[in-house]
Amino acid sequence: MTLVQDLTNGIWKENPIFRLVLGICSVLAVTTQAKNGIGMGLAATFVLVCSNVVIAAMRKVIPAKVRIACYIVIIATFVTVVDLVMAAYFYELHKALGIFIPLIVVNCIILGRAEAFASKRPVLNSLLDGIGMGIGYTLALLILGSIRELIGTGSIFGVCLLGKQYIPFLLAILPPGAFIALGLLLGLMNKINKKLAI
Amino acid sequence: MFQKMIVIIISTILVNNFVLAKFLGICPFLGVSRKTETALGMGMAVIFVMTLATAITWLLQVFILNRFHIEYMQTIAFILVIAALVQLVEMVIQKTSPLLYQALGIYLPLITTNCAVLGVAVLTIQNEYTFIETLVYSVGASIGFTLALILFAGIRERLSLADIPESLEGTAIALVTAGLLSLAFLGFAGLVK
Repeated sequence: MTLVQDLTNGIWKENPIFRLVLGICSVLAVTTQAKNGIGMGLAATFVLVCSNVVIAAMRKVIPAKVRIACYIVIIATFVTVVDLVMAAYFYELHKALGIFIPLIVVNCIILGRAEAFASKRPVLNSLLDGIGMGIGYTLALLILGSIRELIGTGSIFGVCLLGKQYIPFLLAILPPGAFIALGLLLGLMNKINKKLAI
Repeated sequence: MFQKMIVIIISTILVNNFVLAKFLGICPFLGVSRKTETALGMGMAVIFVMTLATAITWLLQVFILNRFHIEYMQTIAFILVIAALVQLVEMVIQKTSPLLYQALGIYLPLITTNCAVLGVAVLTIQNEYTFIETLVYSVGASIGFTLALILFAGIRERLSLADIPESLEGTAIALVTAGLLSLAFLGFAGLVK
């Protein structure tokens, strides 16, 4: 039961973007297209899962006083792996995400999960928590990316959905659109949550 | 040379504002922007640490990483330098200037998680700036961050008194407000080619 909870926790109840509002920088920056959103989501998920597992496995070895520094080194190692792999096999995506790949290191979610979850729980729980949080994060990026791409260009994943006569509302894929879209989406999530609670 | 510096300064503060156009440092931007005084304190701390950190990471890149061809260590090396530097700065200020420590103290640990600091360090390497350009760029970027933070804090002070739909309260309305501020800064686009 608790294993299932660990997995589903990150998807809705503690969704990193919609509920905890952590690691917003990369979310706002890369969601101009649904494709970039998914790419960023998967990259962060890989780092999150790997660092969660390694930190959980080493939680008894790492001295409490220097734990944050240790976590950062572990996280930075996996970020470097992702960075190099993406540069080799997904060059276009790597170029589109640009500086936000190295910046996964300072993404609050990853260090946050390391400190709040992986440092106290066994490996399996931490693995599931990492996967759940990663799915929640990727879903949020996908939703926001789809909305912005649909409004800004009239298509999702490059597939035209709104027809030729649709005049793209360019603001949605410009920086202000990111802030406003996420703000309204958060408001909507709050409303849904309140409905569910009653 | 002089002209290029002016261009860098204007573009980092207004045109490509780090918070509002490049989405770097959103966490502290949303976190410590409830009062103008705290925004100012955070801004000063960022200006100080960001300039120092970028100068050191630039030297590290050129004299160690490039020389021994271990550029792939960039992310790990930079984040460790920044984390250590923030700790060091905190200790030095605490010892030498209690007054400054009182003003900046609580903001310093927060800076490690500020992605703008690592962002500037990586961007200056990617843009292949010289040392002087790097300094100007990081000063400009941190002033831009402070400007956005203080403006936003001013708006939020007013906003706390406004009548807001219940489900939009808190972060949601803050993000929409940031969007409008970002829209205003979009007006500077085209100022620098």
